[in-house]
Amino acid sequence: MATATKVGPAVSAGPTPAGGTKKKLTNAVRKRLEIGFFAAPALIFYVTLVILPIALAAVYSVFRWDGLGPLVDPTCIDAYAANGSQGPNYCNRFVGLENYERALTDPVFIGAIGHNFFIVALSLAIQGPLAIGIALLLNRKLRGRAVLRLLIFVPYVLSEVIAGLAWKLLLLPNAGFDSLLEFIGWRGDKPNWLEPDMVMWTMFAILTWKYIGFAVLLMLAGLQGVPDELSEAAQIDGASWWQTQRHITLPLLGPTIRIWAFLSIIGALQLFDMVWVTTKGGPNFASSTMATYLVEIGSSRQQIGYGTAVAVILFIVSLVIALVYQRFALNRDLEGAVTGIGRVK
Amino acid sequence: MNKRSIKRWIATGAVSAVALAGLTACNTAAPEDDGPVTLTWWHNATADPLAGFWEEVAAEFEADHPNVTVEVSGFQNEELQRTLIPNALRSGDAPDLFQQWGAGELAAQVRAGQIKDISADVTDEIAAVGGTVAPWQVDGKTYGLPFSFGIEGFWYNKDLFAQAGIEGTPTTLDELYDAIDKLKAANIVPIAVGAGDKWPAAHYWYNFALKACSPETLSNAQANLVFDDPCFVEAGEQLQEFIDSAPFQEGYLSTTAQQGAGSSAGLVATGGAAMELMGHWNPGVMGGILAEESGGEATPPAFLGWFNFPGIEGSDGDPTAALGGGDGFSCSTDAPKECVELLKYISSVDVQTRFGEIGAGLPVTKGSEASITDPNLTQVLEGLQNATYVQLWLDTAYGATVGGAMNDGIVNLFAGNGTPDDIVTSIQDAVASL
Repeated sequence: MATATKVGPAVSAGPTPAGGTKKKLTNAVRKRLEIGFFAAPALIFYVTLVILPIALAAVYSVFRWDGLGPLVDPTCIDAYAANGSQGPNYCNRFVGLENYERALTDPVFIGAIGHNFFIVALSLAIQGPLAIGIALLLNRKLRGRAVLRLLIFVPYVLSEVIAGLAWKLLLLPNAGFDSLLEFIGWRGDKPNWLEPDMVMWTMFAILTWKYIGFAVLLMLAGLQGVPDELSEAAQIDGASWWQTQRHITLPLLGPTIRIWAFLSIIGALQLFDMVWVTTKGGPNFASSTMATYLVEIGSSRQQIGYGTAVAVILFIVSLVIALVYQRFALNRDLEGAVTGIGRVK
Repeated sequence: MNKRSIKRWIATGAVSAVALAGLTACNTAAPEDDGPVTLTWWHNATADPLAGFWEEVAAEFEADHPNVTVEVSGFQNEELQRTLIPNALRSGDAPDLFQQWGAGELAAQVRAGQIKDISADVTDEIAAVGGTVAPWQVDGKTYGLPFSFGIEGFWYNKDLFAQAGIEGTPTTLDELYDAIDKLKAANIVPIAVGAGDKWPAAHYWYNFALKACSPETLSNAQANLVFDDPCFVEAGEQLQEFIDSAPFQEGYLSTTAQQGAGSSAGLVATGGAAMELMGHWNPGVMGGILAEESGGEATPPAFLGWFNFPGIEGSDGDPTAALGGGDGFSCSTDAPKECVELLKYISSVDVQTRFGEIGAGLPVTKGSEASITDPNLTQVLEGLQNATYVQLWLDTAYGATVGGAMNDGIVNLFAGNGTPDDIVTSIQDAVASL
């Protein structure tokens, strides 16, 4: 699927040219050949598996194509058109931008985009602060810290399918989760966690449970780079624990937070597996995301042309957001080379 | 160039060669003739008795054909039908023998040249199956054989009906409404529906359409995808009225049909609801769920009864018409000839008789009917034989694109969002997008 956005600056750190002046030209040529030779396998894979599918998707997206016959078949005789019926029109497959128009006017797809941004917003607003809080807590010396770290990280290690299936079964009405609530004292009616009004909140809770461990891990790693001397100095100056965190730790954690936010935004925009396993985007598309919509309407319904148009939209949305974020939020971290995070040390 | 850099060049060359070889290594042709043959076989049975039965059939076939290895795998129904098979066919790496629901879906696959034409090889089998084979034929050629065909109706819990004081089974829509009221009064959930899977909910609209539309209108809709008859809106209005009577379990929109005790089949099997509108495979599904829960034998619940979808007073539809469908298998175009042999074996009276005996559904080959001893399946069989007109499941009949859009429109009505007109509009929009 042509929706992946690869982010990663190219590292070009060849050996510094050595040798006398008479060999300079041959050295330069040799160096280029060498770079070409080493880069070629990776480049071939990248072009054939990433760039080419994106280009092909753009081509398919202007056709009304079910993925079966050829895109353009000049010998095709449309039996339905010959009958004058309003039925399928197999022979005239080129439709221009009709697929894009259809996607952007389909309330279900608009809803799906809304669900993606719902997850983006809630992740940034709730998951981020929560992860920082937990990381700060776990960074202190406290009894059972190793066990707590492990517990928070365990869901992240689970496979998406196992976690999604488990939640799907637990959240059925009167199933495991409701029994647990009953056990801890919630008597009376419980909401149906998977009903249309509720399902996106449930999904967000599951995603938080699943990915908070990763966020905490990142933050903890970032915290290791905050020098103790600064907080010691602050303590000597009489700063409270809160003041130290607010004015020293958080600013120095900035690069980590920005990278986490970037990963979180891209992950939320491309969200698929957890939703697909848990609800299939249902009920009645109430939890569909751009990616589940793409699979359900494009692939399962055999509308490959339309599906690729949706994929292209998803790609453009992700790309634009990624570029804007890199330009405005990550620029200070990426300055020079990929040393942004390391520089904190 | 010094020695070290020569070594480096050789190493680089070797790495690149290995990478390129990796790219080209996937093109090996399937062996023909009587050399060792491996058949892949995909079906939709994930629980016993049916899953185990197909394993048995595969083993027997292997024993008769020593050069053949059959790799048989069961997949969850919706995944298999909507994702796995279409993707496998599209990628050109299709299983040899795979589940085939027929009609519109099959026609699209045939048009793309993905299905083996077996007309000449299975003339005896076609004769033995009779008219039921029609959905597995396109333009007079045969592209698969059914192993099961039946009609749907309400599967109900006799004990709960007795508890609610319902005598006999509803034969008219009014009597069905009456039964729903009595069940509610007795604090019993009248009907379980797995609207999370969409099609189980959509089948209500199909049945109302079947009873509201004349057989001619329905045949025309299937052949030419024309939906301008007002009876299709009427079906939606009747469904709206039915939904408004609130007969379904709580949270029906997110309930699945066949997975676990919380599914609609599971609710009926465990006494949590009194009825479910479902195909003839339902006793097998319920038996499987009960076996998973208890760890015992896969037997359908003893309290299970069956009645046909009631007729509707004063409508255009044929009152004895029934909605049905079947399951079959097709061979993909590139499948070895042993695939057809296996298909013929599955269709044989012997295998079909044993299929009927395990209660997973109604077999189709003449001579295997006697295996139906289950009183409910006997009733389904009678309903099928007495039906003057059998309409194939509408989503299967119209194909994935139109059928899927239709099911979405119907589920939207179940969710309280759409109108009866919207269902027809979404169908027509999908037809226009083909």
